[in-house]
Amino acid sequence: MLEIKDLHATVGGTEILKGLSLTVLPGEVHAIMGPNGSGKSTLSYVLAGREGYEVTGGRIIYMGEDLTNLEPEERAAKGVFLAFQYPVEIPGVPNSTFLNEAVNAVRRYRGETELDKIQFIKMLRAKTKELGMSDEMLKRAVNVGFSGGEKKRNEVLQMAVLEPKLSILDETDSGLDIDALKIVADGINAMRSPERSSIVITHYQRLLEYIVPDKVHVLAQGRIQRTGGKELAMELEETGYAEFAGEAA
Amino acid sequence: MASVSFLEGPLIGGRQLPGGGLGWLDARREAGARRFTELGLPTQKLESWKYTRLRPLDGTCYQPVAASDDTPRIDAVPGIAGTQARIVFVNGRLRDDLSNLGDLPEGVRFMPLETMLRDDPEWVEAHLGTVAGDGPDRGESDQAMLALNEAMMDSGFVLHVARGVRLSKPVEVVYLGGFNDDAIAYFPRNLIVLEQGAQATLVKHHVGQGVGAYFANAVTEISVGDGAIFRHYKIQAESIHATHVTTLHTRIGRDATYEAFALSIGGLLSRTETSITLAGEGAHCGYHGAYMMRGNEHCDNTSVIDMAVPHTSCKQVFKGVLDDEARAVFQGKIHVARNAQKADGRMLNKTLLLSNRAEIDSKPELEIYADDVQCAHGATSGQLDTTALFYLRSRGIPEALARNMLVQSFLGDALDEISDETVREAFLDRVIHWLPAHCYLAGEWKESA
Repeated sequence: MLEIKDLHATVGGTEILKGLSLTVLPGEVHAIMGPNGSGKSTLSYVLAGREGYEVTGGRIIYMGEDLTNLEPEERAAKGVFLAFQYPVEIPGVPNSTFLNEAVNAVRRYRGETELDKIQFIKMLRAKTKELGMSDEMLKRAVNVGFSGGEKKRNEVLQMAVLEPKLSILDETDSGLDIDALKIVADGINAMRSPERSSIVITHYQRLLEYIVPDKVHVLAQGRIQRTGGKELAMELEETGYAEFAGEAA
Repeated sequence: MASVSFLEGPLIGGRQLPGGGLGWLDARREAGARRFTELGLPTQKLESWKYTRLRPLDGTCYQPVAASDDTPRIDAVPGIAGTQARIVFVNGRLRDDLSNLGDLPEGVRFMPLETMLRDDPEWVEAHLGTVAGDGPDRGESDQAMLALNEAMMDSGFVLHVARGVRLSKPVEVVYLGGFNDDAIAYFPRNLIVLEQGAQATLVKHHVGQGVGAYFANAVTEISVGDGAIFRHYKIQAESIHATHVTTLHTRIGRDATYEAFALSIGGLLSRTETSITLAGEGAHCGYHGAYMMRGNEHCDNTSVIDMAVPHTSCKQVFKGVLDDEARAVFQGKIHVARNAQKADGRMLNKTLLLSNRAEIDSKPELEIYADDVQCAHGATSGQLDTTALFYLRSRGIPEALARNMLVQSFLGDALDEISDETVREAFLDRVIHWLPAHCYLAGEWKESA
């Protein structure tokens, strides 16, 4: 699914990722944990193709193809999805319109026929029902006036609608109470399948109680410092990141 | 010199201007001509013209089309569906064949100024210049363009709604320019009077098609009587060869409401100068607009809202999008008179710069002489939010479409101030069509919005 080899990336001329390597197989869920400033969000932006996040070395191979030179929308069309830590508010653009544009843009790119209004609404209703979301959230402008939990749930809805192959969840647990966390985790778990993979980026072990990872990595100082099973997350909860902090702390 | 050419052309005396021979009107015209000759075209030395120079008028002789000239044949006149009546002018000449005065309810007079000058000159005499007068509270800034219009007024319309009469559908006026070889000029003079408790909605289009330089210098006077509601919407979609100057004077009576929206989406050089007086207690004014300019277009919105008496309110939201080397000017002043207590005034100007060569000069001002008021103003300018752009693109939305969505999102809350749904949708449609490569259907937006 994804093979990252010796990835170096800079933001505004500062090197943040310094030789990161990671392999995610189809169907796997990987957790990436690490202290603040370790490069977790940078990794997620680099994978999704955000402007200003420059790959200076190494390779990102996704489904056998180098992602590095693809635009964000091309990556999305190919099945890469980033759930934002801070979902963006877009006043005046109804959520359903936004989702409709996204779905049809991706379908156009893939050479599939676009969904008409009725097909789209039908599909959308089915997804919101699965996620226990109200239709009212579809009429409101994208993320405007949404609570923290609603914003994250909206990210999960976008994921459910776009059906990505590789999902990157950037601190999806931040700012959520336990109930919201469960709902979001259920939505993510519902997407798990042998063909899909996820990278769950988090600072805390808490989310991993609900989304059980196949592998846990510690990212610090721009590289993977340690890899283990889900028990590694428990261990980190006890010991913290002190041993990995080094000069970056 | 341009300032002289308007008045010394071969047409003065050669063409009978509307109402020619009416003593009082001839006197007005002569006074206007004298005044304009005295003042000349506004220069940037005048405070309110600091950022705008009428450069296209330099060295070009703009002339009204002669009476004998055939105005161009037009097949399609842009407009809004479902209006009650429509008056169309092409290059400043009335086009009866394109106009439709339909069935107007009893108590409503909506007709070309020239018709009104024939039918009821006394009424025109009683109302013309009463709102746009040279009162002591008026600045000098717009006087030259007003005077030029007084001298030359050759087109325009009257809307008169009698006491308590409500017009349910909008009426519409179209000024179409272009399709000409020589540089032409026209001078619409519009007179709107809503008596006590009357209600009406007007849509005004200033549209340019084809090629050919033209200069439109319009003056509109509006009197909104006590308890009346007037909605006034304008689309300025002039051609890239057009110079468009509009002077608007509005007086709002007790418990009356004036709602205006000016959408400017085209014109080489445009200036809309507005003076609104909240003259009666309980008067409310919403004066809003959006400007979208590209290339080397220049768009100036200058306004003074005078809160003259206690218990009045006004709200002003102007938003703009500038691309290429386009330039916009926003000068907004809210003036609260001494004793005009409990005034509530809000003003906001925001501009989105899509190019680093585009420029906005924004000057919001509050001038407050009362002590118990609530007033606020704000102005910002900036570029598209890169995080939002990335967010949309990360969902598969192509960059061009993502940019369009963000521009539309940006203008959304200004357009939301248009309370007439039909007009709001028509304006949104114009906004969408201004955007490059509008690769999604306007209908879908409207349905889901």
